[in-house]
Parts: sequence; C-alpha cells; structure tokens
Amino acid sequence: MIPSRALFAALALLAFSGCSHVEPWVKPYEREKLADPIMAWDRDPVASSYILHVYESREGARGAAGGAGGGCGCN
Amino acid sequence: MTMKGKQLHFAVLLTGLLALSWPALATDGAPPAPEFRLANRAGGEMSLSGLRGQVVMINFWASWCGPCRQEFPALDEMYRKYKPMGFAMVGINVESEKADAERFLGARPVSFPILFDPDNHVSGSYGVSAMPTTVLVDRKGHIRWQHRAYKPGDEAEYIAQIRAMLREPS
Amino acid sequence: MQLTRTIRSIAITLAAGWLFCPAPSIAGVLPEDRADLMYHYYDGGGVQIDGPSVLVRKKFKEKYAVNASYYVDMVSSASIDVITTASPYKEERTQYGLGFEYLRGKVTYAASFSNSKENDYDADTASFSISQDMFGDLTTVQLFFSRGKDDVTRRGDDVFSEKVDRHIYGIDVSQIVSKKLILGASWETIAEEGFLNNPYRQVRYVDAVPLGYSYEPERYPHTRTGNALALRARYYLPYRAALQGDYRWYNDTWGIDANTLEIAYTQPIGDRLMFDVHFRYYMQGGADFYSDLYPRANSQNFLARDKELATMDSQTLGFGLGYEFKVPRVEFIQKASVNLKYDFMRFNYDDFRDLRPTGYAPGTEPLYSFDANVIRLFFSGWF
Repeated sequence: MIPSRALFAALALLAFSGCSHVEPWVKPYEREKLADPIMAWDRDPVASSYILHVYESREGARGAAGGAGGGCGCN
Repeated sequence: MTMKGKQLHFAVLLTGLLALSWPALATDGAPPAPEFRLANRAGGEMSLSGLRGQVVMINFWASWCGPCRQEFPALDEMYRKYKPMGFAMVGINVESEKADAERFLGARPVSFPILFDPDNHVSGSYGVSAMPTTVLVDRKGHIRWQHRAYKPGDEAEYIAQIRAMLREPS
Repeated sequence: MQLTRTIRSIAITLAAGWLFCPAPSIAGVLPEDRADLMYHYYDGGGVQIDGPSVLVRKKFKEKYAVNASYYVDMVSSASIDVITTASPYKEERTQYGLGFEYLRGKVTYAASFSNSKENDYDADTASFSISQDMFGDLTTVQLFFSRGKDDVTRRGDDVFSEKVDRHIYGIDVSQIVSKKLILGASWETIAEEGFLNNPYRQVRYVDAVPLGYSYEPERYPHTRTGNALALRARYYLPYRAALQGDYRWYNDTWGIDANTLEIAYTQPIGDRLMFDVHFRYYMQGGADFYSDLYPRANSQNFLARDKELATMDSQTLGFGLGYEFKVPRVEFIQKASVNLKYDFMRFNYDDFRDLRPTGYAPGTEPLYSFDANVIRLFFSGWF
C-alpha cells in the first residue's frame, strides 16, 4: 500500500505542475481530429443525462459516468 | 521525528516542489524569425523574406479552433487599417487538408493572405504551443512578441505593439 | 472513514495547489452557449413515463458560465410490484437545476444545485468540481464532490417522515494518447445513510395460507457505500467516424457486484446528418440480503425483494439520427439540430419471479423479464 504521505506529495507535485510547461507529444496544431465534435465524450448532455437516469433507476449500480477533457485544447 | 521536525520537513518539501514547478521566465532577446515559403490561397507562394522591411504579423489558426475564429474579425480590421503604413499579415492555416478552411473562409472571408502549412513544418519551427498563436516580427526580421491563445480584448495589446514597431526604421 | 479522510485531504491539497498557481496567460475554453429542448418517453414493464427536459447554458466574457435545467417525469405506473401488491397510480416528479462555472487559466471551478420533488420524495443536491488541463493540455483531471439530502414521506400517512444523507466523491482523468485516441478513467464513491428503502414495497415469505405466501414490509440497512471504476476509450476512424468502448465495475456494501460493457459508434453522413448506434450489456449479482421468497416471517435482519437489487442482466441496443441546419432569418442562432434517439432495452432476472400467472407453487413461478422502449426527441440551438 502506497504510504499516504508519498501519495500526498505526488499529488501536490501534480497540482503544482499545472503551472509549468511540458512538451506535449500531440502538438496544439495537431488536434484537428480530437477537436472534431464527433470526438467529444458527451455531445448531447440533455440526452445522455436522461438515459443515465433510466439505467440508474432500474439497476443497482451507480456512478463513474465521467467525461471531461479532450477537445481542441485551445487557449 | 518531532512535530516541529515534521512541519519543517513538509515545508521544505513543499518549497522544493514549488521551485521545481514555477513557470519558466520568458527568454529575452529578439531571435530572427525562421524563414518560410508556403502556398498562398490566392495563388502562388509567399515567403517571409519577401516581406522584409515591413512589420509582419503571423497568425497560426485552424477552422476547428474557437478562439481562432473569434480573433479573425479583429485581425482583419487591423490589417486594413495598418497595411498602408507598412504592415503585413499572414494567416497560416495548420490543418492537414484544405476543405474545412476553405468552407470557413467562404462563409467569412478576410482580406489578409492565407497560407497553408499542412505538414506543420512552419508551426514546428516557430514552436507553436497554443492555438491560436500570433507572432509579431519587426522590420529587420526579428521576432519581438509571441502571443499564445486569444481572449476578446487581446487585440488592444497587438495594436499597441504594431504601432510601436511601425515607428522603427527598417 | 479512512478512505473519505484521505480523499478529502487530497482534494484540499489539489485545490490549494490550483488556487496558489498564478493564472498564466494561457487559458482553457468554456463549452459553447446552447439550449436543448427534449421530449423523453419510456414504456416498459407496465410503466409509462414521459415529459420534457430543458437545458440552457450561457457564458460571459469567456470566464463565467451559467446553466439551468428543468425536467419533468409524468409517471403512469402499473409495474409488476404495483400490480402484485398495490394498485396502478399516476404521479409527477419535477426537477430544477442551476449551475455556475468559473474559468481561471487552465482550471474550471464549478458549482451546481438541484432539487427534485414528487408527492412523497424531495431531494436536494449540491455539487462542486475542479477541473484542470495539464501536461500540454493532453491530460484533464477533475475532482468532484456532491452532497445530497432527501426527505422521504409516504402517501396516505401523515406521520411517516424519514431522511437520506448522501456523499459522493469522484475523480475523472482524461488522457489524449495520440492525434486520434483519447482515454478516460473515473472513480466514484457513493456513501448513503438513512431510510434507503421504499415505504410501499413488500417482501414475501412462505406461509400456510391458500396463496402459499404472505407479505411483510422490506427492511434495508441504514447505510450503503458503493464504489465504481470506469475505463473508456474513444478512437477517430480515418473516414471520419468515432468508436467508443466503455467498461465499468461496481460493488457496494450490500453485496451488489456489477459489470457494464458498452460500445458506441458515431458516423456523420454528409454535412448535416449524424448517425449513432450503441450496444450496452449490464450484469449484476444481487444484494446479500435479497430474496424472492423468504422461508418464514422476519427470517433475517434485512429483507429485500426489489428487483433492482436482484441478480439480473440487461441489454440495450440504441440508434440515433441527428440533422443539423441553419435557422433562416434568425442570425442569433448560429446553428441548430433536431435529433431522434431510440433505445430498446431488455431486462432478465435470475431470482425475481413473476407472480401474475397462477397455478405455480411458491418459488417455482416463471422468472421475470421485460422489454422497454425509450425515445428521446430533442432540438438543440447554439447561439
């Protein structure tokens, strides 16, 4: 089991590393396909939240629907 | 370890992490702008050396990039206004195929030249690290400003920099 | 709980890191302004539910965004539980939601509130999340926290009043792997405490009566903690289409183990049409204290005969078609679309029996299964 202090430090580094600049292997100008609307995790939130509600009210499992990230990476 | 020792240990660790991750300061100096020769949408080719003596704005854009599309009207206005004073602008499209860019420009035309960089060699040589990226090159061919990203209102800063560079000798 | 405290301290560390980091000149982008108006319809297992769903979002100065939602379920229920132990009923549930987002540099802070009301259930939820793009915008990490408080009452019983307290913690990571592939992983923990069962539902036990069995009220534990882990991948196909695969694992303190597998395919057709197809397979092992038929009255501490907690599986096959267009003479709307989605669902139960047919000894009735048709018809406008 990872000691909690090491995990804490690793996550702190992760948090602060958002400040620093890292060379991406997919450059901002290469994100054409990822920026395409068909590559969005959730194109129609009103429709997907409804079908999730249909599943959750009839099944025992809930959660981890997820889905931020991807897209054009602009700005 | 004592409570105070633990606190000190933690403070040192945190400071170390901070120092490690602090954003790199911008390097100063005015490096020469890398040369390019790209196909022009209006026909033929255009090179950077052909624009020597003018203040040049190079805008890297793509039709899939929201802030790029937002920026275009402001760039067009800037081009019309300062062109007579020795200002040149090129919009370098970074998409691998022309179709989407042509469709976008067909609906919303601009007056400044559009060049195509489908292999992204020029984007790479300019170290484009955000979309859009706007580079300002002075009359002597040196890069003076590199703007990454665009928010409405940024054009005020571009205009101030362009006017300053237009006053310089070539 | 130790896990909760650890997650909380991680969240505080990350939040502090995010707040402390100076806002760089480079920022992210908030989603586009849009409004969606949907009609939803469900028909399955003797239950019909339909109603509207509205969602509007707008951003200001590329830094702030607001969203609002309105949703209604109009229920007409003659489900198997209702048929065997009660009488068909109609009811209505209304839900309102309001959310705010603030974008600072690469970090998005979001808060949202919702209230759901029906004649015997009132639920209030508050959610918060922090999301950051990092490592050259290839990675997005989101932490979220949600708190819910429900008030449970019972129709025809003025004295009955119970509560549910809910805490949800989650983390979502999205990683761009190549120009065509993005991966995602989510973890979510849901901890509930209070009156977690249904005030009307009954369980049955073997009894020396003509029917062979009698009913008594269900009795659930006062707490339930569940964990879900999901992995997903979305891939861009060269002729312009997208393929997605999802897998989710779930388990909780009631002994429910579930696995979900889903694949989805999106294919644009020409400039204006969008076609979607998806298949989902779900299977769950029932709750430890669940039984379709108990041997005698009050045979266990906890009693449940809710088919939602049974050993079951379900399959869903769905299709969608969308058409994008420009609204003539209305410059304010940049683009609009009309969409129709249809899903066919089948539910099969391994240990929940259909008590409607007669002539069976208790415990030998046929296992229950049902089909459902789900329709979503919606208009979207971007402005």
